[in-house]
Amino acid sequence: MDHPDTPLNPSAAPQPPAGETTKAVTAGIEPPAFEKATIVVQSGDFDKLQSAFIISNGALAMGMEVSLYFTFWGLTRLKKDGGLDSGPLSKMNMLGLGKWMVKRRMKKAGAVSLERLAQDFKELGGKIFACDMTMAIMGIKAEDLRQDLIEEYCSVGTYIEEARHSTITLFI
Amino acid sequence: MADTSLDVRGETCPVPLVEVRKALRKAAPGDVLEVVGTHPSSKKEIPMAVKALGLELLSVEEEGDTWTIRIRR
Repeated sequence: MDHPDTPLNPSAAPQPPAGETTKAVTAGIEPPAFEKATIVVQSGDFDKLQSAFIISNGALAMGMEVSLYFTFWGLTRLKKDGGLDSGPLSKMNMLGLGKWMVKRRMKKAGAVSLERLAQDFKELGGKIFACDMTMAIMGIKAEDLRQDLIEEYCSVGTYIEEARHSTITLFI
Repeated sequence: MADTSLDVRGETCPVPLVEVRKALRKAAPGDVLEVVGTHPSSKKEIPMAVKALGLELLSVEEEGDTWTIRIRR
């Protein structure tokens, strides 16, 4: 049975006004609505996307809200015809040989795919924002992108507005 | 007695943590969740998440490579 409206669901938690600290412990289980991680995903490298989603899913699992801002090379990984995991390794890619080896070792170690990480991210209430300037520069239309993953299209102002209220903010 | 059981044996970072959170979201307040796993860091980190979520950690037991954590939502 699903209980989406219980306080464990951060999106259901009442949002305190900006700048005000509260101890939101209604029913003893509500994470403070403030605890937020905001991450810019600028890189399209396979290993960096892996890091971004693992950190995000950890943060969501530990009760934080998470927003990922996909821009530039990161955004190209959200293209329908691109494939989330189609990027090269940031180091030692060796024309794909290095990546092939890393993927094989990941499989052996039981590491999950980027697609699985992205699905878990959505299920736990994470939000993905797509940079509209990158879309204009690269000639990417909304219908070219994975709209099943994207929450909103925006630019820097939305990122700053979230980042200034975040306890974790990273640029990957 | 646990109301829900979760088996994450063989799963690695961040799956045990994520699956615990998913199971807790589905549980009703007061329900007990029992998680069995083998990923070493998760044995420490699931209790951290339980604390961060303000829930009750009932027990952490270990036998060989396998740990069992019980949580009350």
